[in-house]
Amino acid sequence: MNWPAGLEQALPEWALTTLTSLVQIGVVCLVLILSVAFLTYFERKVIGFMQNRMGPNRVGPRGLLQPFADVIKLLMKEVIVPSSANRFLFVIAPVLSIAPALAAWAVMPLFPGFVIADIDAALLYVLALTSMGVYGVILAGWASNSKYALLGAMRSAAQIIAYEIAMGFALVGVLMAGGSLNLGAIVEAQAGGPLSWFWLPLFPLFIVYFVSGVAETNRAPFDVAEGESEIVAGFHVEYSGVAFAVFFLAEYANMILIAALTAVLFLGGWTSPFAGSMFSFLDGSVLEFLRASGLHWLALKTAFFLFCFLWFRATFPRYRYDQIMRLGWKVFIPVTIVWIFVEGVMVVLGVGPWSS
Amino acid sequence: MLNNYLPVLLFLMVAVGIGLILLGIGFLVGRGQKDPEKLSAYECGFEAFEDSRMKFDVRYYLVAILFIVFDLEIAFLFPWAISLDEIGLYGLGAMAIFLLVLVVGFIYEWKKGALEWD
Repeated sequence: MNWPAGLEQALPEWALTTLTSLVQIGVVCLVLILSVAFLTYFERKVIGFMQNRMGPNRVGPRGLLQPFADVIKLLMKEVIVPSSANRFLFVIAPVLSIAPALAAWAVMPLFPGFVIADIDAALLYVLALTSMGVYGVILAGWASNSKYALLGAMRSAAQIIAYEIAMGFALVGVLMAGGSLNLGAIVEAQAGGPLSWFWLPLFPLFIVYFVSGVAETNRAPFDVAEGESEIVAGFHVEYSGVAFAVFFLAEYANMILIAALTAVLFLGGWTSPFAGSMFSFLDGSVLEFLRASGLHWLALKTAFFLFCFLWFRATFPRYRYDQIMRLGWKVFIPVTIVWIFVEGVMVVLGVGPWSS
Repeated sequence: MLNNYLPVLLFLMVAVGIGLILLGIGFLVGRGQKDPEKLSAYECGFEAFEDSRMKFDVRYYLVAILFIVFDLEIAFLFPWAISLDEIGLYGLGAMAIFLLVLVVGFIYEWKKGALEWD
């Protein structure tokens, strides 16, 4: 980044890099929070149209200002800390659930050659942070000292850690194909159009990863943790006002994170779907711009997966808890173990797309 | 080299900061009157009879233990997956034995019914 010359001379090197990082982080966080706001609007609209309704359409043109109205309403509401709750843990739990959902973006390759923190252990960091989310859930449930909250937290935590394993195994498959823990390197390993993206050779892992992601974020059809008819709202039943809003923000930020990670790991991140030699006839034509990689492709792919989240919610009835656990332990884990082994044999024998 | 990790630390601090600031705004702006009934735990209308941190189903505990085993396995698989190109057949064989031991354990707990929720 180019700072004004005066500033560049006045400050030492480390201060400049820190400042640069802080600006980048600020922009990413702002965009994320705005995305969450419009994702809630998008969700209500999409589900509305799927159910032959209008969705929100009163606040602003076509209801576009609805998310801001919601934010202002939630900010003005009283934050209730139940008298029987553990005050400190009760307040810290929402922070613990929002922080990992945002901080994981530090290693996300946003466009060619740009990532806020270009670290080699990126995928390990992502795995660690997505595991942190469960602390927020379980602390919220325990600190609330309410039966509904505790039951919701137990269910939710067991479900999250069960699907975390399938997710981890799917990541191992991606690592073997990509040959690096750095997300940017994984994207570059997928260069060359849709046929060289990992979704095709790793198809079972791709499906397992995305479905586990839906379960991990406690979204429908895996939302037993907040099954309205049985345990009201699950672990955040005691939260009101802005404390609830932070949990809400965390849930949606996690959805965006999972969608973006699926796009980066399996659909080539910022690479263009028209990049391969298959589409070289586009060169020199008006449509040549389609072949360029960039942030817009990552955004489009992420948006597609986010739409899938909403689509699932509008389509599928809720799973029963034993069915959820069966799917996670008895279907996904065996499938991923088998596929990792198959992939390992393919890598060693030099067959398939990994013969290098 | 560790320089690359500075933005990660900064991002973590900013993320925690965003959460704390939002909560702070809520506590400052949100108004309302406290009332013992309002501050009681959400239940059917009665006062809660006992502390809600009650005994819970042992299967949650089982799931947590199984999670530790499998998550450790994943932690072992990560470096193996990266270096599979170099360690070749020997590496594959070693990991196959390791996975086999775990799969045997997995089948055992499956047959024992540790994964059943009914």
